[in-house]
Amino acid sequence: MNQSVENLIAYDVEQIRQDFPILDQEIRGKKLVYLDNAATSQKPKSVIESIVHYYENDNANIHRGVHTLSERATLSYENARKTVQKFLNADSEKEIVFTRGATEAINLVANAFAEKISVGDEILITAMEHHSNIVPWQMLCKKTGAELKVAPINEQGELIFEEFEALISKKTKFAAISHMSNALGTINPIKQMIDLLHQSGIPVLVDGAQAIPHISVDVQALDCEFYVFSGHKLYAPTGIGALYGKMEQLEQMAPYQGGGDMISVVTFDKTVYNKVPYKFEAGTPNIAGTIGLGAAIDYVSNIGVDAIAAHENSLLDYAVEQSKRIDKFKIIGTAENKGAIMSFVLDGIHPHDIGTMMDHQGIAVRAGHHCAMPVMDFFGVPATARASFAMYNTHQEVDALMAGIENLIEMFG
Amino acid sequence: MLDDLRDLYQEVIFDHNRNPRNFRKMDDADRQIDGFNPLCGDRLTLFIKFSDGKISDASFQGQGCAISTASASLMTEIVKGQTEEEAQHLFTLFHKMATGEPVEMDELGKLAVLAGVCEYPARVKCATLPWHTLDALLQGSEEPVTTE
Repeated sequence: MNQSVENLIAYDVEQIRQDFPILDQEIRGKKLVYLDNAATSQKPKSVIESIVHYYENDNANIHRGVHTLSERATLSYENARKTVQKFLNADSEKEIVFTRGATEAINLVANAFAEKISVGDEILITAMEHHSNIVPWQMLCKKTGAELKVAPINEQGELIFEEFEALISKKTKFAAISHMSNALGTINPIKQMIDLLHQSGIPVLVDGAQAIPHISVDVQALDCEFYVFSGHKLYAPTGIGALYGKMEQLEQMAPYQGGGDMISVVTFDKTVYNKVPYKFEAGTPNIAGTIGLGAAIDYVSNIGVDAIAAHENSLLDYAVEQSKRIDKFKIIGTAENKGAIMSFVLDGIHPHDIGTMMDHQGIAVRAGHHCAMPVMDFFGVPATARASFAMYNTHQEVDALMAGIENLIEMFG
Repeated sequence: MLDDLRDLYQEVIFDHNRNPRNFRKMDDADRQIDGFNPLCGDRLTLFIKFSDGKISDASFQGQGCAISTASASLMTEIVKGQTEEEAQHLFTLFHKMATGEPVEMDELGKLAVLAGVCEYPARVKCATLPWHTLDALLQGSEEPVTTE
């Protein structure tokens, strides 16, 4: 028996649900069915308790006082850095920079690369990026006179690899690519993309915000220069995320913000910056959030990302199968390799109406453009509804989703 | 199962969504303006024609949810024949109703079918987008209107 089958058998979703107190509630008199996990995931008790424990026992500022609480807080904070390092299989914990999330991590890198980019250069992204992996590069292009190149996708929502390849040239100075699309669920062949870009010496940032709860990441195997993610999609609190950067890159990069903790010596004439990663962590950070992130990774690792992914994929397969009985139902994003995200439209019913009507049945789905307006434009829809699955969702919840959709279609007449 | 939703989605709203009134481009409009709700992607273009100090014709085009489509449809029906001042007054009343402020419902006529929207904060902008667009048009703006 292979490992994934063993994991699936051992996978006890009811046991997992016990760890998420928020799931045990009713919305408008109906059992909550939370299917908006691609927007943000719920938090297990161990994460919530780690934050409570920190504030009740260890709260102090880090990297300064010599008193006991400060030492404890510093140790917990730095342990979380080691946890992230192991989770991503980075070579050193010094390659992990804590940020507010994936967005800030991308902005940090884009800001640092402004010095290295000039008129005539090109930045390469894909057509399925989240706004957070579009706008910082547009801002960089505006500042430097560089040009943003966008590798197109096909009708299934997959990257057209040949066209991506054709866009790589001597002018390409940086590439920022999504590991997994938040609007479509598409998983990109990032290893091949990175290898191809490296043949031309182009540094690569991988936006892992959507991939991180679903795909085991090994940054050394991927060999990407940067990998970014947000904690809140990985069962951790909001407002905390991480940037992985190869040491040789981080050492060359200018600081993002100035302030305390990112310096080693300050006079009014000049400042000597602190070492990596502290150079990029100005000000008192989100200590509790960072500890929560560490606890979330421990929780996820204990179950296993691959086991979680196998469970979520079985939910997606089941949902896709069940949706076939609904005539008006159309899935947006049908890539062969995709994660547990089902974006859909219903013929003649606007996603906003779907969202409200599903909420009335206790079912939380996202309705909107998913911070990916160019993707919506490509598919010719103003918005989609999106059901996205997490480790605690069940096949019964997929049944509830489908029944809910049938109810609202009936109501719309 | 969805009976409690009937306060928001009354049959009149479904009717106007299925068959929106005045859903057409107006080539000889005196004024036109775009309205956009960036949150959900709803967008409409509003066309107005004036004669003798009154709105003689009103129409719209665009795409939106049932609430915003029905609201635009009802609005274009009701403002026909009104003076600018009357339409502005109606906008004020409608806005109050949609945001749950006390208002004399009789004055709103059939717009009252949208009163349920005040219970749904995330949907208030759907109902008010056409009216904000009309308000901007009457004030002489040509810039696209957004609800954000």
